Amino acid sequence: MTDTTTSSPLGLRTQQTAEEILEPSPFSKLRKRIFKNYSFLFGAVVLIFIIAMALLAPVFEALGWIHDPYDQELARRLQNPFWHEKKVDEAHLLGTDKVGRDYLSRLIYGSQISLLIGFSTMLISGFIGTVLGVTAGYFGGRVDMVVNFIINTRLAMPVFLVAMAAVVAFGASLTVVILVLGLFLWDRFAVVMRSITQQARDLDYVKAARALGCSTPHIIVREIFPNVLSSLTVVATVEMANAILLEAALSFLGFGVQAPTPSWGLMLNEGREYMFFSAWMLALPGACLFMLVLAINMFGDGLRDVTLERER
Amino acid sequence: MLAYTLKRTVVAFLILVVVSALTFSLSHLSADPALTIGGEQASDEDIEAIRKLYGFDRPVYEQYFSWLGRALAGDFGESYHYKQPVVEMISERIGRTMLLGTLAILFALIVSIPLGTLAAMRPNSLLDRFALLIAVFGQALPTFWFALMMIIVLGVWWRWLPISGHDQWLNYVMPTIALGYYATPALMRLTRAGMIEVLGSDYIRTARAKGLPPFVVLFKHALRNAIIPVVALAAVWFGFMLGGSIVIETIFNLKGIGWLSYDALLRSDLPVVQAIVLIFASFYVVLTLAADLLNAYLDPRISVR
Repeated sequence: MTDTTTSSPLGLRTQQTAEEILEPSPFSKLRKRIFKNYSFLFGAVVLIFIIAMALLAPVFEALGWIHDPYDQELARRLQNPFWHEKKVDEAHLLGTDKVGRDYLSRLIYGSQISLLIGFSTMLISGFIGTVLGVTAGYFGGRVDMVVNFIINTRLAMPVFLVAMAAVVAFGASLTVVILVLGLFLWDRFAVVMRSITQQARDLDYVKAARALGCSTPHIIVREIFPNVLSSLTVVATVEMANAILLEAALSFLGFGVQAPTPSWGLMLNEGREYMFFSAWMLALPGACLFMLVLAINMFGDGLRDVTLERER
Repeated sequence: MLAYTLKRTVVAFLILVVVSALTFSLSHLSADPALTIGGEQASDEDIEAIRKLYGFDRPVYEQYFSWLGRALAGDFGESYHYKQPVVEMISERIGRTMLLGTLAILFALIVSIPLGTLAAMRPNSLLDRFALLIAVFGQALPTFWFALMMIIVLGVWWRWLPISGHDQWLNYVMPTIALGYYATPALMRLTRAGMIEVLGSDYIRTARAKGLPPFVVLFKHALRNAIIPVVALAAVWFGFMLGGSIVIETIFNLKGIGWLSYDALLRSDLPVVQAIVLIFASFYVVLTLAADLLNAYLDPRISVR
């Protein structure tokens, strides 16, 4: 094979090798990695499915495929799901709850609540954490000390207990839950952003930008931020999953989203009294929760692998 | 080292002051505790009298400092609902929570260390992938749902274990598993990563070269070094677990302080909630402080920085 490379002593290569010219484009390499990463694929497919369900729920309802999740029909309460050996109601594939609401519809609409909580919390906490972390990492010194103290204080607070107390204080509603979780779950963002910014601060091109006299905001936004972006997305998926689990636990204990909203955590709460005879009432919402969180985690893990390999 | 220890201790104390001030203002700014104490039948004069008696008419910061002063002396006030000293209510129940937390972290270590070690012995083997799969699934499993499913299967269908209470050791089996499994993925990953690093080091090669049996190399030489960060992480997780005990204790009706905090929140019993927040925060702060100091002792470079 013809090798046309002429390496200088400094390792600077003046010409491309034949292999490099014939190499597949970065895009097709990325595509290959994505399709070889089963964890990423699985996570992405399940996540897209759940998001599609959440978005299309009103359409399904309008088409008459699913019922109104709030529609109570006491005559048809506590119907069994289709696999049950006892008599089942054809109109309700996954049965009905204690006031006769269609379980399938509530499960589908429940995905809206979980995704809404996950996304909004992630946006709020991501913003707070990134601002704190990047500031601490970039400026260092006293600023870093103060931010570190704030992070440690936040970590010392028992999130679940304080979140419950806040819900008691401000009244339980979807907005309060989102705000409380958003104001609490920024710690991981701050810790990760801080350490990555510290590393990025000393990179040559950042130093060059500083030497050129670029303003601090310009350096942070244009030079530092692109570096932290890939880690930011990974942390975001972790925190989104975390927020979804916390909301479910809060709602399960009655300190979260309130009835009659179809939240998976709340459905578990309502199904608790039927656990002896209708275990499926607990199994189904929990399984949905598990699948959603699993999908987000696998998507995040896969995303890290796919993007890290590109940077390597 | 002394200066470092002193500095870290002062910071830890400051953190606790800020945490307690935040929770105090959170609970006192929003709801009117006098209404809670008085109940529904209380007249306006009664409410006013209660406000004076408890000092709710004073500014919040004044109330906070008098609370803090008494808390430092070990007096957390009296429960609004049970009219019993908070310290008594907590000391009656804290043993159960500590027992549950200890059992749970032991369970997590007993599962994660062997699994992580086995996975590290043959990276990318079938066993390694299996361990990773368990970690990924474990992380996604909602604790309280896992607890409910265990109750249904082990308690209701098979009738192996009691589903509520705290009087016999069998009562602790399901809560321990439910609380402990959640820490296993993190601990296992750390064990695995640490073991892979240690197993590649020179002294392990030497130990192998001089013909020591593989399990001696593995357990006496490698694991001993890889386990230090795992134990430090386990200490931090123990602090997190106290927070997780709220849901688990409530589900299993295991009346520790996690259950107590749930009960107190339902009744807006602020002194109890306040005290438990401070206890949980103290545990976390003391455990991380201990872990940091241990690290600084093992690696003196840290304390100079």
